[in-house]
Amino acid sequence: MMASIRRRAASISLIIGLFVFWEVAVMAFGISSLILPRPSEILSTLYARGPAIWPHAKQTLYTTLMGFSIGVMIGLSLGTLIGSSRLAYDTAYPLLVGISSIPKVAVVPIFVLWFGAGTVPAILTAMIICIFPIVVNVATGLATVEPELEDVMKSMKASKLDILWNVALPRAMPYFFASLKVSVTLAFVGSVVAETVASNRGVGNMMMIASASFNVPLVFAGLFVLATMGVSLYVIFSLIERRVVGWAMRKDGAV
Amino acid sequence: MMLSPQTLKTPLIQFEGVAVDYGRGPDRVRALEPTSLAVSEGDFVALVGPSGCGKSTLLKLAAELLQPSAGFILFGGRELGAKPVRVGMAFQSSTLLPWMTIRDNVMLPLKIVPPFRQHYRAKRRGEYRDKVDALLAQVGLRDFADSYPWQLSGGMMQRANLCRALIHEPDLLLLDEPFGALDQFTREELWGTLQELWMATTTTVILVTHDLREAAYLANRICVMSPRPGRILEDRVVSFERPRTVEMTYEPDFVSTIQHLRSMIVHSPKESPK
Ligand SMILES: Nc1ncnc2c1ncn2[C@@H]1O[C@H](COP(=O)(O)OP(=O)(O)OP(=O)(O)O)[C@@H](O)[C@H]1O
Ligand SMILES: [Mg+2]
Repeated sequence: MMASIRRRAASISLIIGLFVFWEVAVMAFGISSLILPRPSEILSTLYARGPAIWPHAKQTLYTTLMGFSIGVMIGLSLGTLIGSSRLAYDTAYPLLVGISSIPKVAVVPIFVLWFGAGTVPAILTAMIICIFPIVVNVATGLATVEPELEDVMKSMKASKLDILWNVALPRAMPYFFASLKVSVTLAFVGSVVAETVASNRGVGNMMMIASASFNVPLVFAGLFVLATMGVSLYVIFSLIERRVVGWAMRKDGAV
Repeated sequence: MMLSPQTLKTPLIQFEGVAVDYGRGPDRVRALEPTSLAVSEGDFVALVGPSGCGKSTLLKLAAELLQPSAGFILFGGRELGAKPVRVGMAFQSSTLLPWMTIRDNVMLPLKIVPPFRQHYRAKRRGEYRDKVDALLAQVGLRDFADSYPWQLSGGMMQRANLCRALIHEPDLLLLDEPFGALDQFTREELWGTLQELWMATTTTVILVTHDLREAAYLANRICVMSPRPGRILEDRVVSFERPRTVEMTYEPDFVSTIQHLRSMIVHSPKESPK
């Protein structure tokens, strides 16, 4: 308990220290705010332009969460399909690795071509970028059930569905949640990139326009907004993970 | 298929010239030479033999996890697989599910195996729960029903594992070195537990073990297998009185039985010719 508080205090003071260093260094070296604005400047911009930033933040959060939710559903079903059959696993895994190594932002122009600029490409980009970590993790979790456990289940004449439902899926949940944390941050990358390229709304678009007019503090304010949203979602999913699959992180539970 | 006329009582499970090959084509390896073994109902048979001789393979055949490459297996006089056989199985690693309490782990077979599964929803909080708790109490885990597997010691996990293998009242209990990973004292304690459980239920048991004392303590019959590919070299009846105690394992009769078995295994012919 003491140790965890100390660790938390240390990481918070590191973050604050970084910002203080940033502030002091910019002042000391006289760096123009056109290149690197001070944190205090960014915060005051954030405050002053808050009402204007808010709709963009809402839009980005919406496209991200939309894409993420659809991605999770598709990823979970695809992962279940691939992971529950040896044949499907062996057949589809190489293809999956191949597709997942394509830089997903490269598909944005294609989506724009198909659906026009706006909300849809952002959602789709967020979706496609977060599918693969989920598929790979869920499939791996399902496919690596211990052979002895499988034998015990089969000796009870358990059907494939019985095994999937009672053993394989719960066992894959830690893998699934680990991939959710990664995916939700990736989904932000997807939606922001799509907004930057082809949208008239969203934080990505706002930053694009701000940088075109050399409003550098506003660009950084957008960055702050994104970081805050990304970290918040990561934390939320970490908390859910701790509640749902705490059994897989038994070290702190073993009292 | 006809049974030999001299069989007085139909054995519960009967292996007739059963052989197993793993792999296909040039990679084909024989794991089990044609083997015949009959186990009568309520019996307790131990399989011992050098590593890799096909003991686990024989258990997998009995559990229908594997099909024989030659020969056939009868269960209750009819071909194995003709009607569903209730099997309980336990391995060296306890394979308890870490996200479930011990009670839920032990209850798992009741959720899967007919006819229990048909009533699972209705009875899991009542009758089944009592059934599980009674069995857990029998092995000394009364106070750990709500614990998680990782909160238990290795010996306690194996006790729970035995409960899970027995809760659905199997016709056949198959144990593959269930106490192999335990220290000597815990192991001896668990011999006592298993003996009690078996005497209370008279389930038919096939136990695979490396420990000859364990085999002689627990079993009515010990089958010694030859090195790979295995076949049964000797089938020896162990008729010490029950309940047996750890002290009995140091008595001269018992010691000489073990020494005989040991010499069978040590001096058994290497790699029989193909
Ligand atoms: N899935 C498999 N594929 C190929 N060969 C196998 C397979 N399983 C077992 N074998 C071979 O079959 C032989 C018998 O295996 P088995 O597991 O039955 O031995 P065992 O008597 O249980 O050994 P141990 O005492 O070490 O557990 C071994 O020589 C092994 O190499
Ligand atoms: Mg074995």
